[in-house]
Amino acid sequence: MTDAIPMLEVRDLEMHFSIGGGVFDRLRLDRRGLRIDRPVVHAVNGVSFRIQRGQIMALVGESGCGKSTVAKTIARIYQPTKGEIRIEGEDVAHYGFAEMLPVRSKMQMIFQDPYASLNPRQRVRDIVAEPLLQQMKTAADRKDVPARTEQLLAKVGLNAEHAGRYPHQFSGGQRQRIGIARALSVMPGLIIADEPVSALDVSIQAQILNLMMDLRDEFGLSYLFISHDLSVVQHIADTVGVMYLGFMVETAPRDVLFARPRHPYTRALLSAAPSIKAKRDTEEITLKGEVPSALSLPSGCCFRTRCPFAWDRCAAERPALRDLGDGQSVACHLVDEPHRDTV
Amino acid sequence: MTTAPTDTTLLAVRDLRTWFHTFSGTVKAVNGVSFDIGKGEVMGLVGESGGGKSVVGFSILGLIDSPGRIMGGQILLDGEDLAQASEDRLRQIRGREISMVFQDPMTSLNPLHTVGQQMDEVLRLHTDLDAADRRTACIEMLESVGISRAADRLGAYPHQFSGGMRQRVVIAIAMLARPRLIIADEPTTALDVTIQSQILKLMRRQIADKGASMILITHDLAVVSEMADHITVLYCGKVVERGRTRDLIETPAHPYTRGLIDSIPDPANRHARLKQIPGTVPDIRNLPKGCNFRDRCPRAQALCAEEEPELRPQNAAQWAACHYPLMPGDSA
Amino acid sequence: MSFLRSEFFYNYRRSTSAVIGSALMAGFAVAVIAGPFLVAQDPYDIAALNLMDSYKPPVWLEGGDPQFPLGTDGQGRDVWASILYGARISVFIGLVAMIASCTIGTFLGLVAGFYGGIVDSVIMRIADIQLSFPSILIALFLMSAVGTGIDKVLIALTAVGWVVYARTVRGSTLSEIKKEYVQAAKVAGLPNTAIIRKHVLPNVLTPLIVIATIQVGTFVLIEASLSFLGVGVPITQPSLGLLIKNGFDVLFSGLWWTSVFPGVAIMMLVFGINLFGDFLRDELNPRLK
Repeated sequence: MTDAIPMLEVRDLEMHFSIGGGVFDRLRLDRRGLRIDRPVVHAVNGVSFRIQRGQIMALVGESGCGKSTVAKTIARIYQPTKGEIRIEGEDVAHYGFAEMLPVRSKMQMIFQDPYASLNPRQRVRDIVAEPLLQQMKTAADRKDVPARTEQLLAKVGLNAEHAGRYPHQFSGGQRQRIGIARALSVMPGLIIADEPVSALDVSIQAQILNLMMDLRDEFGLSYLFISHDLSVVQHIADTVGVMYLGFMVETAPRDVLFARPRHPYTRALLSAAPSIKAKRDTEEITLKGEVPSALSLPSGCCFRTRCPFAWDRCAAERPALRDLGDGQSVACHLVDEPHRDTV
Repeated sequence: MTTAPTDTTLLAVRDLRTWFHTFSGTVKAVNGVSFDIGKGEVMGLVGESGGGKSVVGFSILGLIDSPGRIMGGQILLDGEDLAQASEDRLRQIRGREISMVFQDPMTSLNPLHTVGQQMDEVLRLHTDLDAADRRTACIEMLESVGISRAADRLGAYPHQFSGGMRQRVVIAIAMLARPRLIIADEPTTALDVTIQSQILKLMRRQIADKGASMILITHDLAVVSEMADHITVLYCGKVVERGRTRDLIETPAHPYTRGLIDSIPDPANRHARLKQIPGTVPDIRNLPKGCNFRDRCPRAQALCAEEEPELRPQNAAQWAACHYPLMPGDSA
Repeated sequence: MSFLRSEFFYNYRRSTSAVIGSALMAGFAVAVIAGPFLVAQDPYDIAALNLMDSYKPPVWLEGGDPQFPLGTDGQGRDVWASILYGARISVFIGLVAMIASCTIGTFLGLVAGFYGGIVDSVIMRIADIQLSFPSILIALFLMSAVGTGIDKVLIALTAVGWVVYARTVRGSTLSEIKKEYVQAAKVAGLPNTAIIRKHVLPNVLTPLIVIATIQVGTFVLIEASLSFLGVGVPITQPSLGLLIKNGFDVLFSGLWWTSVFPGVAIMMLVFGINLFGDFLRDELNPRLK
C-alpha cells in the first residue's frame, strides 16, 4: 500500500489570493504617501495529504476553512502559490495550459451548485461531451463521441432522449447526474467533488451518494470529497481531513476520527452536529466566537482564539501536524500536555 | 384533526389553501393544510423543496404577494381568523403577536440603518415605552442573545457583524416585542454547524424564557428532532404526517417520512447503501391522480392511484395520510 | 406555433404600450423598406421637382394639393416623400451605429471582465472619462475633427455608444466567470478564447437586447441634433433631422409644415422604440419576475 504511487499526493500546498480589485481601487493615500495596498487572503496554508487509488478522502470544515480552495487548486482552476500537486506521481502544480491538458483526462471535478455548474445555453449532450472533446485531436476520434455520451448518460441514470434538452428542464438531482456524467466522460482516475450533495434535498442526496459509491466500485475511482456535513462524510469517506482557517488540524482514517477525535476543533464539530438519534452522551464542546479573518491569521495556533483549552504556548508556537499512530495526525499542543485537557 | 381548538391552543390552521396563479398553470403550493400549535410549543414544519413549507409561514403572516392568494381555510390565532383580517390588523399583528426569522440574516436586516434604529423601530411601533426605556430594552435583549458590549453595538450597521452575530440580532429583533409566536424559516441553514448549535440553543432558551411558541420551518430532520415538540411533514402542499417528535422519528407511519429518515446516513450501518426515495418530486402544476407520493412509494397499490388518502389518526397522537401506513416494526 | 402560446407573447398582447410601440416600429419598418414605392415623386431627383409647387400647404388647408398630402418645401419637394426617404437614412444610421457599438462594446467588455488587471483598468477608465462628457458634445467634437458625411456620423455615434455595452458586459462577465460552469470548462481543458465564446458570451447577451433597442432611438435623436447643427449628414442625403433644420428657417413665417411633420415623425419613431424597449426591459429582467 505504501510503496504504490498514490493517485493524488499534495505536499505543503499554499494558496494566497490578492484582493481589493484593480490598481486604482487599491490606491491608498496615508501618512507615508501614495501607495498600492496588497491585502492577501491566506486561504490555504501548507496542506499535505495523499489519496490511494480507489480511496475516498474527505475534507471537512466550516465555511472559509479553505477546503473548497484546496479542491479548486488541485483541479488547477487556481494557480497554487506554493507546494506540490502530484497526480500519479507527476507534479502538476506549475504546469501551463498545454501541459495540463493530458492531466485533465486523469482528474475531473463535480461541483456544488447544480444550477450554476451547467451552462444554461448548452444542450446536455454538449455539456457531457465537453471534456472528452478537448482530449480528441482528430475528427475520427470524435466520431464516437455521441455514442459515448449516451452511454455516460445511461451510466448516471438518464436516457438518450435527455441528451437534446437544456439544463433548466431538469431537477436538481438530475442536473447533478449530468455533472457527474461530464466528469466521467474522460474516464479519470480521480474525481474532485466539491460539496456535491449539499445543495440537494435529503432524499436526492442519498441517490447521488449511492451513485458515486457505485461508480467508485465499478471504475476504481478515487474521490477527494469536500463536505461540511459530518454524517455524509462518515458514510462515504475512507480517510478524513479536518481543516480550519486554511490549516489541516487533524487527519485520520474515518473510524479512528469519529471514535477518537483528538483535536479540540474536531471534537467541537462532532458534538455540534445535530442528529435525529435521541441525545447521545458525548462530550459537549461549545465554541465561543467565530472564525477569525484569513486576512490576518492569529499568531501560533490558528484555532486558539476559539479553543476552550488554549494557553500561552498556543499563541507563541504554531503546532505541527504530528503522527500519533493508527494513521492519525493532529496539530495540537495538547498532545504534549494532556493534563490540560479539562475544561 | 378537525377537532375544535382548545384553550391551550395558540394557533390553529384549518384547511389552508394558498395558490399561485402563474402563466404555466395554478401552483397549489399549500393545498388543505391543518395543524395546531399549543402555547409554549415548538412545531417543526418539515419537507423538501417545493413542499410548500415556507408558503405556510408567509400565509400566516399575510405576506403572500401576487400572483399568490389564500384561496380558503382559516388561520386562527387565539380564535381570531387572520385569513380574514384586514391589512391594518395584520400590520399590528406582525412583529407584535407573530414575528419571523428568515434564512438569510443579510437580507432580513436593512443595511442602511443601525441595529439600534431597527430595534427601536419595533418597540416604537408596538409599545408605549419612551426613548430611554426603549434603549434599555434593546440593550437587555441584545445581551440576552449573547452579544457583548450591547450598548456600543446598537450603533453598528449589519455589515459590521458576522453571519452568526447577524442571526443573533435578527432573533433579538424577533423577540423584542415579546411575540406569542415566532416563525423561523430555515434559521440556521446558512450557518456553519458550530454556529448553528449556538443559535439553536439560543432560540430554545429564548422561547422557554418568554413562553412563546415557534414554528420551525426546515428541510433538516436532525435540526427539528433536536428542537421541536411535534412535527408536521409536508409533501406537495399537503400534510402527509404529523405527530410528536420522538414517535414520528422512531415509528413513522407514512412511507415518505420513513424515506426521509432512512435517507440520512446512519453511522451504525455504514457499509450498506443508503436507502433512497426513488424518482423526483412530481410537478406541482400537474399532480398525479390519487396519492401524490404513489410513484415513489414502495408500498403503493391499486387504491393509491384511485383515491387520495386523507389524514387519519394512527394512534392517540399521530396522524398520517396513507392508505397503507407503516405499523411499528414494519420494514419500509 | 409555440411562440404564440408563450408567456412572452401573452404578456405582449396584454401590454397596450408594447403593442403601440411595436406598431409604430412596424410602421417605420414598412416606410424604410417600401418607402420609394409608396410615393410618386423622388424628392432628390432634381428633374422631377417643379419650383411652381414650392411651399404648398398640407392638403386640408386652403391652397393644398392632393398630390402633396403634407405640403411641399421651398423647392417644391413633397414633405411626405421627404419624410419617407429621410426616415430611411435616420433608421439606417441608428441601426448600423447600434450594431457597431454593440459589437465593439461587447468585445471590450468581455476582454475587460475576463482578463481583468491592467487591460480592465485601462478600458474602464477610458469608458469613465467618456461618460463624464455629454455624448452630443463628444459627437460634435469628433464631427468637427473628421468632417461630415454618413460614414463620419456612424463613426461618431459608435465612439459614443460602445461604452454602455462595455460596462454592462463587463459586469455580467464578472458575475458569470464566478459561476461553476465556467470553472467546469477550465477543468475540461478549454482554452480561454473558447470559454469566452462558448460559455461567457451567450450568457451575457440578454440584457443587451434592451440596451440595443433603446439605443437605436437615442442614436436617431443624436444624429438629428448633429444634422440640425449642420455637422451631420450631407444636404444630398437629408435625414429627418436635416429636414427639420431645412424647414426651421421658414418655421416662423407660417410655413410650419416643412419642419413640424419631420419632427412628429422622429418623435413617433423614438416613442415607439422606447415603449417597446420598456416592455422588453420588464420581460427580460429576471429580478422583476
